[in-house]
Amino acid sequence: MNGAGEKPMIEVSDLKIAFGPHVIVKGANFTVAPRESFGIVGESGSGKSTVLRAMAGLNEVWDGAIRFDGVEAPRKRPAEFFRQVQMVFQDPFGSLHPRQTIDRILSEILLVHRIGDIDGRINRALADVALPQSVRFRYPHQLSGGQRQRVAIARALIAEPKILLLDEPTSALDVSVQAEVLNLLADLREQRGLTYVMVSHNLAVIAHLCNRLGVMQGGEMVEQLSVEDLRAGRIAHPHTRELRELSVSLEEV
Amino acid sequence: MQVEIKNLRIAFENRGTRFEAVRGISLSLGREKLGIVGESGSGKSLTARALMKLLTKNAQVTADRLTLDDIDLLKASEKEMRAIRGKRVGFILQDPKYSLNPVKTIGKQIAEAWREHKGGSRKELRDATLDLLEQVKIRDPKKVFDSYPHEISGGMGQRAMIAMMLAPDPELLIADEPTSALDATVQADILRLIDDLVERRGMGLILISHDLPLVSHFCDRVAVMYMGQIMEEMAASDLLQAKHPYTQGLLNCMPSLLHPKARLPVLVRDEAWLKELRT
Repeated sequence: MNGAGEKPMIEVSDLKIAFGPHVIVKGANFTVAPRESFGIVGESGSGKSTVLRAMAGLNEVWDGAIRFDGVEAPRKRPAEFFRQVQMVFQDPFGSLHPRQTIDRILSEILLVHRIGDIDGRINRALADVALPQSVRFRYPHQLSGGQRQRVAIARALIAEPKILLLDEPTSALDVSVQAEVLNLLADLREQRGLTYVMVSHNLAVIAHLCNRLGVMQGGEMVEQLSVEDLRAGRIAHPHTRELRELSVSLEEV
Repeated sequence: MQVEIKNLRIAFENRGTRFEAVRGISLSLGREKLGIVGESGSGKSLTARALMKLLTKNAQVTADRLTLDDIDLLKASEKEMRAIRGKRVGFILQDPKYSLNPVKTIGKQIAEAWREHKGGSRKELRDATLDLLEQVKIRDPKKVFDSYPHEISGGMGQRAMIAMMLAPDPELLIADEPTSALDATVQADILRLIDDLVERRGMGLILISHDLPLVSHFCDRVAVMYMGQIMEEMAASDLLQAKHPYTQGLLNCMPSLLHPKARLPVLVRDEAWLKELRT
């Protein structure tokens, strides 16, 4: 299932993360092929977001190896790293600067990376996530939750990364808005050949966007399987079965 | 307990512009489990808060009828409301992190609720609190009794909130998104717990949520709200036969584990949904 023969885009091997005496992640191993979407599910405290944050370079305290496109990522990430890998957070209220206009929020990354044609790029970025140009000079609080999450996606994509790390990107949104954002993410992956790693507690959302997933429990990735196997119930680990049964029981009215 | 809401309207005025957030809704509820579902901004929480008179001062509330048994809530004084809040109607909010007092132990907070409504000696308070903690299925009540909110998990905190609400034996429980801050597995546990307690104690329940299938799982009746109006009201078991395009749209746009969809259908909102009800 690992993209048959293709060199993996992301390789996480023996990732261990501990905060003081607390071991949060006890060794995670997975690879993601180019243009593949890998989902990580688990309950809160299972370590799924911690894995993602270590991958994004937001946490420098970890052991093991994380490779992007064959290159081992250092603890402290150089600026160029963020032209390749970007992250979208759960809460669009918390992740956008409240006192900056959308224009300022989007231009910041371009300035940091010394990318030219700021004006044109911002216009295109907004169009890509289906936001009207009128949004450009507004503040985050003047937008709806769905529009804010689109801005967060536009910001992540404006430096044209190859990899997007998504931490519960739709769990703060209404289901109708969630559908729009999931469709948008699927379209963007298609158009730009992006590779996704998405963390979520919602199995149906993961199954919709990803082709493969890893299940985390108590800091360990207890099972990795394809979405087809998940849907069909071809499951090895009891925790995966438990999560699936719960999700299915809520779907059946 | 019988709750009657007829033509409830809630409006806010801000710098001369008036915005009506709840636009003439009618509901009645006895000893049953009613779910109110809608997207953010649909007015579902405002409706619940209006029942408890917990709206901010700038909210303009009007209704042809807003009663709890024979108490007219629109005319009820603060003093009368205090006899209702907590005592007759319990209110469980979304996130226990913000509704529990961070500098008091869980046991103290629950004991306080018990003492306020029922009184008793120190020993009685402690026993009653431990009993409540056990009723909400906390495995080690003594340990949780002496814990501070930051020392327990979100699910545990929500159980403690429920224990606090049960202390005065309310007749009606209003749960406003009681599980949206919690994990999927914990979410199901908490809802099962609420369901079980409501059945056993013969309480009424208003469950407010944005999650349509979840609500229909735990309620007898479901009211679907959109832009301050009720689009449709039906028995929870009839959800799949929902007639209103808004309800159907909400159900269709959810990703599903068993029935994969190549692309999620997007909800198309129709202006007419609001007009047809205005008459």
